[in-house]
Amino acid sequence: MDTLLAVLIGALYAAGLYLMMRRSIVRLIFGLVILGHAVNLLIFAAGRLTRAHPPIVPEGAAALVPPYADPLPQALILTAIVIGFGLQAFALVLFRQAHRVSGAEDLDAMRTTDSH
Amino acid sequence: MASLLVLPIVTPLGTAVLALFLWRHRRAQQAVSLLGAAALLAWAVALLLSVSRDGIQATAIGNWPAPFGITLVADLLSAMMVTLAAIVGAAVAVYSVATIDARRESFGYHPIFHVLLAGVCGAFLTGDLFNLYVWFEVLLISSFVLMGLGGERGQLEGSVKYVTLNLLSSALFLAAVGVLYGTVGTLNMADLAVALQDPRVDSRLTLAIALLLLVAFGIKAAMFPVFAWLPASYHTPPAAVAAVFAGLLTKVGVYALVRVFTLIFTHDTGVTHGLILVLSGLTMVSGVLGAAAQGEFRRVLSFHIISQIGYMLMGLGLYTRLALAGTVFYLTHHIIVKTNLFLVSGIVHRLKGTLDLASLGGLYRTRPILALLFLVPALSLAGLPPLSGFWAKLLLVQAGLEAESYSIVVVALVVSLLTLYSMTKLWTEAFWKAAPDAAEAPLSAGEWRGLLLPVAALALLTVVLGLGVEPVLALSLRAAEQLLNPAEYIRVVLGGRP
Repeated sequence: MDTLLAVLIGALYAAGLYLMMRRSIVRLIFGLVILGHAVNLLIFAAGRLTRAHPPIVPEGAAALVPPYADPLPQALILTAIVIGFGLQAFALVLFRQAHRVSGAEDLDAMRTTDSH
Repeated sequence: MASLLVLPIVTPLGTAVLALFLWRHRRAQQAVSLLGAAALLAWAVALLLSVSRDGIQATAIGNWPAPFGITLVADLLSAMMVTLAAIVGAAVAVYSVATIDARRESFGYHPIFHVLLAGVCGAFLTGDLFNLYVWFEVLLISSFVLMGLGGERGQLEGSVKYVTLNLLSSALFLAAVGVLYGTVGTLNMADLAVALQDPRVDSRLTLAIALLLLVAFGIKAAMFPVFAWLPASYHTPPAAVAAVFAGLLTKVGVYALVRVFTLIFTHDTGVTHGLILVLSGLTMVSGVLGAAAQGEFRRVLSFHIISQIGYMLMGLGLYTRLALAGTVFYLTHHIIVKTNLFLVSGIVHRLKGTLDLASLGGLYRTRPILALLFLVPALSLAGLPPLSGFWAKLLLVQAGLEAESYSIVVVALVVSLLTLYSMTKLWTEAFWKAAPDAAEAPLSAGEWRGLLLPVAALALLTVVLGLGVEPVLALSLRAAEQLLNPAEYIRVVLGGRP
C-alpha cells in the first residue's frame, strides 16, 4: 500500500509541476490544485498507514496500545484541505478576472507589468 | 502575562470583525481601523517591554500543554518583529485613510488590511510549525485580496504571478511539515529542536527537510534565485498596500528562516548556513543589479528589497552572535525605511500621476519637505552615517570580518555602493532635475498633512534609530544571544511555565 501511494504521490507531483510549467493559465490552476492534492497525500503517507486500528482507547484501559492509526496527520490534512480549497477558489476567480481584463490566456502575454 | 501574547493577534482580528459590521459606513470603518492600529501598537510595545524585562514568555492556547497544544512564544526577536509590524500597521493605516479611494474601501479594504496584520503577528508569535503554516495562509489570502483589489490590469497580472509562486511555496512548506511529522512525530518548534538531536534520526532526511523549508521560506523572502515574483507584482497595487507588503511580507519569510535555522536545523551548519551565505551574496548582487536597470520609481525600490534581503540572510549565514544581531538590527532598520520609501513613492504618484523616472522631476523645487523626507530613508538604505542603515551594515561587515568571510564582506560593501548609486538616481531623476512637465495635481493642505504625517513619523524614527543606536543595538545583541542559545526558549516552552 505504501509503495502504491508513493507512486501515486510522485505521479501527482510530476503532473502538477508539469502543468504549472505550461503557459496556459487554465493548466496553471489545474497544476496548483493537483499539487495541493499531492501534498495532502504526502502528509497522509508520511504519517504511516495503519489499517484497522482506530485510535480509540479500549474500555477499561487508560491509554492507547500501539499499533494504532495516528489521527494527527489526518487533522493536518483536513486543515490543509480547507485552506487549500479557499485559496484555490480565490485563485480561480482571480485568474478568470485577469483573463477577462487582459484578454490573454497565455502567461507570456501578461507582461504589461514587466517593462515598467 | 499570557494575555499580552494573545492580544497582538486578537486585536487586529477584532478590528477586522468590527470593520466588517460597519460595511456601509466608510468613515466609521476608517475610525475603527485607526483605533485598532493604535491599540495593536500599544500592545506590541507592552509585549516588547515585558519580554525585555522578564525574558522569553510562552502560553499554551486552550491550556493544552506543549508539545500537544499550540503554543504562542515571544522571545526578543518575536517581540521586536511584532512591534515593527505594529509600527508599519499604524503608519500605513493613517496613510490608507488619506489615500485609499472610496471604491476600494467599499470592497472591504480596511478589514482585510487588519486580517493581514493579524496573520503577520500570528506568524511572529507562534511556536508551532503547522500553526505557522496556517498564519502564513491567513496573511497570504489577505495579501492576495489586497493585491488584486481594484482590479486594474497591472494589478491582476501581478497578482497571477504573486499568487502562483506563493501557493507553490506553501505547498513545499506543507510537504516539509508532513515529512517532518512523519520523521519525529511532533511539530512544536521547541520539541522539534529536542527531537532532532536524537542520533537515531537520519541526518540526510533532516537535511532534505531543512532544504525544502529553505526553498519554501526563500520564495516568501524573495531569496535568490526565487525572487522573480516580487518585482513583477509589488509595484502594481496602491502605495499603501505596496508599502505594507514591502515592509512586512518578505520579512515574515526572513523571520521564518531565522527561526527555523537557529532553533531547529543547527546540526549541519556547514552545509545549510554555508548555502544560505552563498545565496545571500547572490541575492544582494542580483537585487542591486536589477535595480540599476529599472526606470520606474517603485520597481527600483522593489529590486532593492531583494538586495536588502541578502544582507539579512548574510547575518544568518555567518551564524555568530554579532552576525545575528546584525540581522535583527537590519530587519528593524529595513522594515521602517522600506515602508517609508514606498509611502513617499505614493505621494510622488499622487502629485505627478506617474512614477516613470523619465517624466518625473523638479519635486525638490516645488515640495522641498517631501524631498527631504525621501532623502532620509534613501540615504539610510544606502548606509550613510549616522542613519540606521549605516549601523546595520557596520554590524554585518564587522561580523563578516570576525568570521574571516572576506568575500561576502566585499560583496556587501560593493552592493552598498551600488545602492547609493540607485538612490542618487532616484533623487536626481525624481527630485533634482528640471521637470519635463511642471504640472502637479492640486492637494489641499489637510490632504497634504495626512500624507506627510506617517512619512515624517517613520523618517523621524529612522533618524532616532541612527543617532540613538545604543538601546536597539543592545536589544539586537540580546535577541541574537537568545537565538544562538535556544535552551532557554526550549525550557520556557516545554517546561510549562505559565
